[in-house]
Amino acid sequence: MELTAKRQAESSNWFIKNRWWVLIGLILIGSVIYAYATNAVVTTAVLASTLRQSTPLILGALCGVLGERSGVINIGIEGQMLLAAFVAFLANVYTGNLLVATLAGLLAGGVMGLLLAFMSVTLKMDQIIGGTVINILAVGLTGYFYVSGLTTKGKFQPIPLGPLADIPLLGPVLFRNPPITYLAIILVFVLHYVLFYTRWGLRTRAVGEHPSAADTVGINVFRTRYINVIIAGAIAGLGGAFLTLEGVGSFERLMTNGRGFLALAIMIFGKWTPLGSWGAALLFGFTYAMQTQLQFSGVNLPPQFIGSLPYILTILVLAGFVGRSRAPAAEGIPYEKEG
Amino acid sequence: MTSVPAQDKGKDRAIGAVRRIWRSISVPLVAVLLGLLIGGILLFVSGANPFEAYGALIKGAFGTPVAVQRTLEKATPLVFSGLAVAFAFKAGLFNIGAQGQLLIGAIVAAYVGFAIEGLPAIIHAPLALLIGGLAGALYGYIPGVLKVYTGAHEVIVTIMLNYVAINITDYLADGPWKDLSPGNVVARTPKIQPSAEIPILGNIPLGFIFAVLAAIIVWWLLYRTTLGYEIRTVGLNASAAQYAGIRVARMVILTMMISGFLAGFGGAVETLGIVGRYQPGFNAGLGFDGITVALLGKTSPFGVIPAALLMGAMRAGASQMQFSAGVAKEITDVITAFILFFVAADVIVKWLIRQRDSDDERIMLSSGWGGN
Repeated sequence: MELTAKRQAESSNWFIKNRWWVLIGLILIGSVIYAYATNAVVTTAVLASTLRQSTPLILGALCGVLGERSGVINIGIEGQMLLAAFVAFLANVYTGNLLVATLAGLLAGGVMGLLLAFMSVTLKMDQIIGGTVINILAVGLTGYFYVSGLTTKGKFQPIPLGPLADIPLLGPVLFRNPPITYLAIILVFVLHYVLFYTRWGLRTRAVGEHPSAADTVGINVFRTRYINVIIAGAIAGLGGAFLTLEGVGSFERLMTNGRGFLALAIMIFGKWTPLGSWGAALLFGFTYAMQTQLQFSGVNLPPQFIGSLPYILTILVLAGFVGRSRAPAAEGIPYEKEG
Repeated sequence: MTSVPAQDKGKDRAIGAVRRIWRSISVPLVAVLLGLLIGGILLFVSGANPFEAYGALIKGAFGTPVAVQRTLEKATPLVFSGLAVAFAFKAGLFNIGAQGQLLIGAIVAAYVGFAIEGLPAIIHAPLALLIGGLAGALYGYIPGVLKVYTGAHEVIVTIMLNYVAINITDYLADGPWKDLSPGNVVARTPKIQPSAEIPILGNIPLGFIFAVLAAIIVWWLLYRTTLGYEIRTVGLNASAAQYAGIRVARMVILTMMISGFLAGFGGAVETLGIVGRYQPGFNAGLGFDGITVALLGKTSPFGVIPAALLMGAMRAGASQMQFSAGVAKEITDVITAFILFFVAADVIVKWLIRQRDSDDERIMLSSGWGGN
């Protein structure tokens, strides 16, 4: 049903159907051009920083989207990211190879995904508890095995994409980024396509909405959930790897600092869709970037007021414009095969 | 032959009671043992002596009257934040915001504690506690109202409000409510008046007794009043509750306020009974730990107390363990994670101790968490 609706939307009445989004898009483009004309340097800096700030958040949110679309709530994103950040850091310290370190992070996230799938699908444990177990376990393991004084062997540097990188404004913002940031943007569109335009996505959503119906038409509910939750964990792991290999460059205790929970909020904000979550993550990244700018520009406000802005803005946008959001129907309920 | 002698009846009842108690404590007990076992294996594999470590842990938690006092002090705020989260769960709400509500309660109680002078202790301390609780309730009111009137999801709003609360308290402790005594450079409020302090009776902090009383009151409210019945009905099925004439919107707001009150009260007890002032960082994570405590206690008001004591004991013992056995204190988090795992995965534990499975004990919180 959703597929046909999507196809209709793509036809001639696309603009009418999406008039609010078109309007918002035009306003955004207009204000960016105005800002660029007024102060090119600051505008470029803010937008580039927006994208980078949003990277771990969107990766965390994509992890949430994939799991929850298949019917598994994941409040353990924070823990998955933290453990992956730690493992990626250690791999970087001991091998000095950033690619190996990234893969180690992906693997660590995937293993945590496997643990979540085992708890929620096989053991049919309450999923809030499963996620909490992962969060505490990650804090414990990373804290227990943390050794101070380890130094990393470098971090990912921006890769300019040829002539594209020389376009004013767009170049420095979009085409001069380190690899995980590129990867995060690609993943948003890949997951959007996979979830809404492929057989696998249809199956995943069917399992998340009505598992017993999916089962009767021959979809393996357990397998679908396992695979989605493991891949989701690996994506969160990429977010963790971003923190140690691209963002900060080293590991600190509790360095995720609530980003996994923010990602959860962003996922709900984005109504359980990759594109919606990306919008929410960018909004968040933007308010972070603005916060830094405001502090630099010497505005006479206590820093805590500026520090609260992203969160208050989120609440206002949520209460004012987004409103009620609907989760996948079978989310949180372990599937019991009948008969 | 129809009447059984009274003595036997009493005996049967006693056996039944023992069996019921065993049923309810066997799983948590085995879960704790398994958690300690896995923690011990991890300690052993990483080159530490598990017996030495656990010995120090237990000594640090229960070895001396002072150790017991420290355990109770660590457990006290956890009881409150655990009750706050558990209470919201009963109405089907996930209050991740206990942390923020606790911070607001803690700093407001500190203000009432240091700013008002000349009150007798019998009025000052209760007043500060009450206002701290009310501040938490007010902070819980925001996500409740936003959920009811705009549909904003309480999980997002409470997560955001946690960050806002950190900023508000940092601002107050470093701005208008800052300790201006000579020599102080850090962000913190002045020390509270002696009349606002919650005393320690022998080695038992009075705050812990408040915590136990709070658990009893929450149990009574949930299971012995109409309000509690309505709240639980909303939690089981909101649309059915609406159909039955329960004002769901009102219940959601009220639940968030009561939950916020409990968290704020916990923050106030921490300020007035232990820290003696508000200092940023001293309450970090206590609200988040409330989620763990509520889940460990299977969201039951009386389950929260042993869960908080367990976590409090590990907190209190961890520093001793780190000091005398040289083991990083985070091992207690690993142990906690596994205990929670085995409490929830009772299938495994019951299989281990050959107990029959009963459906009624299963907890299921997450079903329908995204719904309204």
